Amino acid sequence: MQNDIEINNLFFSYDGTSVLEDITLQYNSKDFLAIIGPNGGGKSTLLKMMIGLLQPLQGEVLLFGKSPLHVSHEIAYVPQDTIANKDFPIKVLDVVLMGRLSKSKFFAPYSKEDYAIAYEMLDKVGMKGFENQKINALSGGQRQRVFIARALACDAKIIFLDEPTASIDTAGQMSMFQLLKTLNKTVGIVIVSHDVNVALNYATKVAHVNKTLYLHDVSKEESFTLAQNPKEHICPIELICARRCNHLHKELL
Amino acid sequence: MIDLFAFDFMQNALFASVLVSVICGVIGTLIVINRMVFIAGGIAHGSYGGIGLALYFGIAPMLGASLFALFLGLVIAYITHQNSTRIDSLIGVIWAFGMALGIVMTDLTPGYNVDLMSYLFGAILSVSNEDIYGMSSVFVLVLAFALLFYKQLLAMSFDAQFAKLRGVNVTLLYFGLVLMTALGVVIVIRAVGLILVIALLTIPPYIAEKMTNSMGSMMLISSLLSVLFCVTGLVLSSFFNLSAGASIIMVGSISFFIQFLYSKWRT
Repeated sequence: MQNDIEINNLFFSYDGTSVLEDITLQYNSKDFLAIIGPNGGGKSTLLKMMIGLLQPLQGEVLLFGKSPLHVSHEIAYVPQDTIANKDFPIKVLDVVLMGRLSKSKFFAPYSKEDYAIAYEMLDKVGMKGFENQKINALSGGQRQRVFIARALACDAKIIFLDEPTASIDTAGQMSMFQLLKTLNKTVGIVIVSHDVNVALNYATKVAHVNKTLYLHDVSKEESFTLAQNPKEHICPIELICARRCNHLHKELL
Repeated sequence: MIDLFAFDFMQNALFASVLVSVICGVIGTLIVINRMVFIAGGIAHGSYGGIGLALYFGIAPMLGASLFALFLGLVIAYITHQNSTRIDSLIGVIWAFGMALGIVMTDLTPGYNVDLMSYLFGAILSVSNEDIYGMSSVFVLVLAFALLFYKQLLAMSFDAQFAKLRGVNVTLLYFGLVLMTALGVVIVIRAVGLILVIALLTIPPYIAEKMTNSMGSMMLISSLLSVLFCVTGLVLSSFFNLSAGASIIMVGSISFFIQFLYSKWRT
């Protein structure tokens, strides 16, 4: 079976400094993949290569068996919440409509269907009623929800998110991940996060990236055990150290 | 005051003000939200080199300025596209180079001394019919560009990476925007001068940005504000016998300060 994302022996460097080495990864849309790792470890770089915003130095990235830029209409990207211009004149609804760009006619305005989809997606992320607010009048968490609605409006098969909770408080983070978990029933989720807890509680696959990549499976049974017994957990240290290992370390407890 | 607008030159000035205001309202909005004011400034000043070259080689100054501005626009768009960290310095160099080239070339041109002041502050009261035709064509071009690519321009300005992933050719659109800016700036300079162009490109959009939550209405409000500044400035200049261009800029700048202090006071 063909994987939705297939990365083979990928290398990348910025100005001669090696950032990623020999990365290999397979991913299918049913999974919730968390890419974790230290700052400067290459997480965001890897994500940008997955969606075709950067080209690998060596090796290949295949999305649905093709080069990422050829299937960019099948994926959506939620960037980090870094809005430089505080006064940018755009309202929430218009941001979500952008998700319909590649589906609508080039010169024509957005259609009624586009509007209907935009409204539906805002409802889905719990932002109904905010349509006419200026985007920068929202809080960081609300804004991220709008960006997720925009990604959903693309009709994408996989949504890529770069640190979606960086500027959100803990309660907001939990509800954000709960939302992503729900969405994962119908769409693939790939998320970059510096937060190990996210990986442990919500992801089904965890990729630790620090120049090299180690993939960990978080199986359903383990998550279940985790919930049942807080003392028996996946050891975060092994994720941070990025060594291949069996996940449950009873002997350590 | 009605008598004032009975004069031909005043009617031309008024008509030019409206054309200029809409061109500046639309382009200004795009360059303000894309943070390209410095780029527009670079092209505007640099285009003086085109005037110098045109005088030296004996072709029409406006043709020289337009071609040179389009050339500078291409260079600047290419540089910003390739290397986005050092743009400010590079534009600074182009800015200064263009002006110096213009002055050196006019120095070298025998028997002709172009008036730098009219280039800086323009001569809105002596706008000719040919100028009006030129402005009208650019007016149509700019409006068509903004209307046809409205969705794409908004998406690129807000989030270029996302727009790219949604299949918008961001590179081409960006080049298009810089070239439109170059064309708009040059055609407007002829009538109102370099300084007024920069003022009309930045002040109305800056005020309008705070008043609206859509790019289209920002363009509309900017255009209306520019018309207001121009007409008020023209009337004041003829009553008090002042330079028209500078009067318009004074009206705009004072409005800007009032708005700025008002928004500071409110928060």
